[in-house]
Amino acid sequence: FTKTLTAVQRGLFINNEFVSGSSQIKVVNPSNGKVILEAEAAGKEEVDAAVFAADKAYKEVWSKTTPSHRRDLMLRLADLIERDQEEIAQIETIDGGKPITFTRSVDTKFLSECLRYFAGWADKLQGKVIETEGVLTMVRHEPIGVCAAIVPWNFPSLLLMTKLGPALATGNTIVAKSSEITPLSALKIAALAKEAGFPPGVINIITGYGETTGELLSRHKAVRKITFTGSTRAGRLVMKASAESNMKKVTLELGGKSPNIIFEDADIDKAVKWAYRGIYFHQGQVCTSGSRIYVQESIYDDFIKRFKEYVGYAPIGNPLADSTIHGPQASKTQYDRVMGYIEAGKQEGATVALGGARWGNEGYFIQPTIFTDVKEDMTIMKEEIFGPVVCVSKFKDRDEAIQLANNSDYGLAAAVFSQNLDTCLDVSEQIQSGIVWINCINMFDTATPFGGYKGSGFGREGGEYVLAEYTQVKAVKINRGAPV
Amino acid sequence: MSCCLDTDVLCRDLVQTGLFINNEFVAGDSQIETVNPANGKVIAKVEAAGEEQVNAAVDAAEKAFEEVWSKVTPQKRRDYMLKLADLVDRDNEELSQIETLDNGKGISFSRGFDVRELAECIRYYAGWTDKVHGKVIETEGVLSYTRHEPIGVCGAIIPWNFPVLMLAWKIAPALATGNCVVIKSSELTPLSALKVAALVKEAGFPPGVLNIITGYGHITGDLLARHKKVGKIAFTGSTNVGRLVMKAAAESNLKKVTLELGGKSPNLIFDDADLDLAIKWAFRGVFFNHGQTCCAGTRIYVQEGIYDKFIEKFKEHTSKANIGHPHDEATFQGPQVSQTQYDRIMGYIDTGKKEGATVALGGKRWGEEGYYIEPTIFTDVKEDMTIMKEEIFGPVVCVSKFKTDDEAIKLANNTNYGLASAIFSESNRRCIELAKRIKAGTVWVNCVNVLHANTPFGGFKESGIGRENGEYALDNYTQVKVVKMATTLSA
Repeated sequence: FTKTLTAVQRGLFINNEFVSGSSQIKVVNPSNGKVILEAEAAGKEEVDAAVFAADKAYKEVWSKTTPSHRRDLMLRLADLIERDQEEIAQIETIDGGKPITFTRSVDTKFLSECLRYFAGWADKLQGKVIETEGVLTMVRHEPIGVCAAIVPWNFPSLLLMTKLGPALATGNTIVAKSSEITPLSALKIAALAKEAGFPPGVINIITGYGETTGELLSRHKAVRKITFTGSTRAGRLVMKASAESNMKKVTLELGGKSPNIIFEDADIDKAVKWAYRGIYFHQGQVCTSGSRIYVQESIYDDFIKRFKEYVGYAPIGNPLADSTIHGPQASKTQYDRVMGYIEAGKQEGATVALGGARWGNEGYFIQPTIFTDVKEDMTIMKEEIFGPVVCVSKFKDRDEAIQLANNSDYGLAAAVFSQNLDTCLDVSEQIQSGIVWINCINMFDTATPFGGYKGSGFGREGGEYVLAEYTQVKAVKINRGAPV
Repeated sequence: MSCCLDTDVLCRDLVQTGLFINNEFVAGDSQIETVNPANGKVIAKVEAAGEEQVNAAVDAAEKAFEEVWSKVTPQKRRDYMLKLADLVDRDNEELSQIETLDNGKGISFSRGFDVRELAECIRYYAGWTDKVHGKVIETEGVLSYTRHEPIGVCGAIIPWNFPVLMLAWKIAPALATGNCVVIKSSELTPLSALKVAALVKEAGFPPGVLNIITGYGHITGDLLARHKKVGKIAFTGSTNVGRLVMKAAAESNLKKVTLELGGKSPNLIFDDADLDLAIKWAFRGVFFNHGQTCCAGTRIYVQEGIYDKFIEKFKEHTSKANIGHPHDEATFQGPQVSQTQYDRIMGYIDTGKKEGATVALGGKRWGEEGYYIEPTIFTDVKEDMTIMKEEIFGPVVCVSKFKTDDEAIKLANNTNYGLASAIFSESNRRCIELAKRIKAGTVWVNCVNVLHANTPFGGFKESGIGRENGEYALDNYTQVKVVKMATTLSA
């Protein structure tokens, strides 16, 4: 693993070169709290350089590159990522604390799949032709130009790719800011992008703090679109920055407090396993986490008993070990935040049914925690904890379940467990969220839309839907006989 | 490894001659000799499929579909196709040499167009595999959703004029949408398809997914068109044979049919055209691929005012055409593909002379060996002349004149065909207006014979049924199923 880390590039990837920043940020291994290395961070000069490079590349090269060639470069990058996917998985596990079994089977697998999926759209961007009396309208779906992306630390390479894929396929150039907490895998991908043959300036990858580097990108007048995945708090700032600068188009993928509704006719064993995945995958650091579980009264006690037992089995430990399922939280700040919520939960009178404390002596490990006897107005029930902490409550009937599920300003995802398809479909119709999982949870794929209702954000990533986020529609209306 | 293909002896190691069924090259029930049109000599003998082999191929495809291919994920299908495209690129030179030897087209075209487009087309459709979606349609009490399902076993019959390209246009969308395929190449040009077959196996496609066979149209093609287990047949070729395919489908199992047939495409040149550009395009429009192109612009209508100037410059440009040996890099025009084609075209030239048209250029054989015909221009043609009405499929063009836009449209549409057309004018307003009025599946504006994998191609009227290429081709290889779920209890 030391060899892996020494192979990682240092620097800001601008114009196909790795350059120094205006400051450095310590990158920490959350398994033991030790500094891995210092990464270059971008200040105003570097952000300007990256945006300028992207702008120049767009105007002089990328806008003249054929869709087929774009596609072929993306396919080549996918091949290279596949070649080096073990290296990327290890980097990501060391940097972010996600168990290696998941960085291998989920994150890095997704990268090449995502690229290949979007490469396939590059040569299929079609506008409509609409004919009306006297006018022929040709609708073009044009690239925006320079797009900026702010990527969080929970899925560093995966979320980078969900933005790179569609941006490149639709003909844009991009400046992506990785999270200062997990900058390393993006730098590896940058090196591969250069190897794949992307012209300089098409892909630029920088890092820095949100409030400095992220803010600069959000306000940059030469950036015409920004996509942000992260907390709702920061999302508001991005949107404000856009409003105050040049009205750049904004897509936001924000937080969630997703309900997981388990009906009495659910397959309880399966529901327990899915519920575990729903909240404890990546130690609860997933925006779609099913962090509020509502169980129908009649099976509540049985569910709690089985769930506690199942959760208790999960192997916690060094994320680099193949057997580890539960790793550390990504940083000290995150650790403190989650522990703070656990405290609040105790103070507000909820019952700690399991966990509720630190795990181990080094690093930022927290025990998988279950709160019961939660009231809807408790802090832990309303706010996104983003840690391995779930609140379990009960409901009587379908109507109450829906009401409880919708009792949130968030609306990212939801899950429904029942063997009655009618129940599932009815409930899915009435829940106010962008994703409704039926008899499963946290199932992701490149081809389906992903995004939130209400305060969880706007815009959709994934599938054909995301193409609209990276293109702008131009209607060319040709006079075919309309009188003056 | 270079091919000893500029001799008459074909290295056995390089090209397979068997029928590619279930990932193996097997014997047929007879053999067909394939001839080098540059010198009339036999290149090789290939296996031809009779009833037993056609049945074996269809059975292999059916088994592969039911047991394997229908369970392979779209992403995996995509990856097989991308691998095949990479192998085509790797072996571009070999494939190009084989294509040029067998078909007679200039090596610069095999390499720079045909084989390159083969890979491009496969990559384009590989990108569709994971994007074939149905819709969700909600109505009172019912949730409906559609599935775009593969048909199962699809048959394809392709012609000899663009062997690998026509292969690509059929197999790419068929495979992308999850079907298994039995494709019959032309008995005149079977060799490049068999090279592709070897690459299909190397790419890792499961046995039976793609089967490539050779045979005569009236034997092997007919068996395929009539086969009860083939759910769809796609045919590119002459209108006459297209009728037979459609009849065979009707008489057997009503398999779905798409047809890409002949054309007699008009090329309208207005007096405000960029004349020099129009001439270059007009030349390419009819003489590209030795006139052996279904969408060739074989009727040129020139607006009166520039007619004389056009004829003079067109003759001059055409007389410079580089005719020569197909393996010569500089060759633009090679031989016609076979003796039969040669005779047919010479027959039309004779008829043209007999019916009173003027031979402004050419009209004769070229050279001593092979099936070469001089680029030929007829003028003083009347609309009812044979050479004006029937598809010649050779390096022969008829040039006539018109006065007004209305007359141009009338002349353009004066045919039972409707495959393509071209308009040359610097007035885009006119082009858009006339494009609306021409009855053809493709209207080229200030260009001719420009094709892409991503845009639809197909004919109006008797030029065919259905559209190939682009997103449109997906419909040819899928069938729509709607699942309607009652969501309330009331009956």
